[in-house]
Amino acid sequence: MTGDAAPATSVALAMAPRGPRHAMTPVVHRVFAVRHETIDVTTISLEPVTGPRLTFRPGQFNMLSAFGVGESAISVSSAPRDAGPLRHTVRDVGPVTHALCESSVGDLIGVRGPFGSDWQVPGRGERDVVDASDTVVVAGGIGLAPLRGAVDELVARYGEGGGRVFVFVGAREPSQVVFHRDLELWKRSGARVEVTVDRGSPGWSGHVGLVTSLLSSSEFDPSNAKALICGPEIMIRFTARALVDQGVAAGRILVSLERNMQCGLGWCGHCQLGPFLLCRDGPVVAYAGMVSVLLTERER
Amino acid sequence: MTRSIAQMLEAHPLFADLPDDAADLVAGCARNVAFEAGAKLIVEGDAADTFYLVRRGRVAIEVHVPGRGPVVLETVGAGAIVGWSWLVPPYRWTFDARAIEPVGAIAIDGACLRAKAQAEPAFGFALLTRISVELLARLQATRMRLLDLYGVRRDR
Repeated sequence: MTGDAAPATSVALAMAPRGPRHAMTPVVHRVFAVRHETIDVTTISLEPVTGPRLTFRPGQFNMLSAFGVGESAISVSSAPRDAGPLRHTVRDVGPVTHALCESSVGDLIGVRGPFGSDWQVPGRGERDVVDASDTVVVAGGIGLAPLRGAVDELVARYGEGGGRVFVFVGAREPSQVVFHRDLELWKRSGARVEVTVDRGSPGWSGHVGLVTSLLSSSEFDPSNAKALICGPEIMIRFTARALVDQGVAAGRILVSLERNMQCGLGWCGHCQLGPFLLCRDGPVVAYAGMVSVLLTERER
Repeated sequence: MTRSIAQMLEAHPLFADLPDDAADLVAGCARNVAFEAGAKLIVEGDAADTFYLVRRGRVAIEVHVPGRGPVVLETVGAGAIVGWSWLVPPYRWTFDARAIEPVGAIAIDGACLRAKAQAEPAFGFALLTRISVELLARLQATRMRLLDLYGVRRDR
């Protein structure tokens, strides 16, 4: 990672296996499994009807088609080392995501992608240099979905001598926390995992408060840490500032941003944020420089 | 080795890096305390005479809501200050504070500390500045939570 505002570097990987013409054509997948994470968040597992499973890097997204309804950008929530079907975790916020959340095993869904940049976490077989620095992962709400694959890789690397992993998750209330099983698994594998909610509920004995309140009492070494942040944009803004205030170099902070992704190829311009087309240059971008300024930019 | 109260105070963010004699000044108002899980550090309506600097463990700031029981407003951990009402009249607690797990803390006599702050204005100003930083952080976090960042959008 450099300290400038350049987008994450693996953009080209998104398009590598398939040319642009084919990238506009959905590959038909069949719903293999459906898991309701919370009242409005569902994980759907997909397998291609024909051909090999799509390869991706943690942080990238696919355009999922609910046939007859529309298409929506959804991050891959699988880990690359997961052998099973491709997983996407969807929040029901509009007609397309509602249709995706309502899908049943055996339904057909179109998949275009993967698109965009990634968290720059080396995968299996890519670890030439052991990175011993701490990684701080901060997720808000369903923002944990695009981070799940990265955390899986980081935790696996920790078990192989890599740096420590600190995972901080914020949610509205305990019933809105996603990926309980993964959180437990990461904890058992040595990651420091802390979950906080805005509002406690009977029986909740965990943290109550803003996710940034977990950072100051944590044991990570700010001078030697990198950070990955995903969640509501205002949460990203405040979390990134809090980390910088704590001593984490802005150039070592990656954030995942979202706009109206449509083509996934940087053609249509709907997802423009300043000089970036986030479907192509993002969603994962370096916080330092231009992005930190853009995060405070107001609509006119 | 057993640490003195002054050493414990110096290790807490509220007093860290203050002039050397500050911790000694405060030590006369402070004592080391421990709470079992479930114990109340502060009770709403009681006189706000003692506040706490948390050294270990977690504390829930909560309020009793009729029909709902205790509702946790916030949890705080090591390095936090528990209790602000000792600072300003009428010196009465407005919320409960309960140990969620075994808690180690430094208990400070609020009236004693106020008197020392008044007698040593430079120390008093430094102390209030630090407390204001913590108060501001807590106020900002509370405001952020009011945004209901992760809530379902109602405008669809």
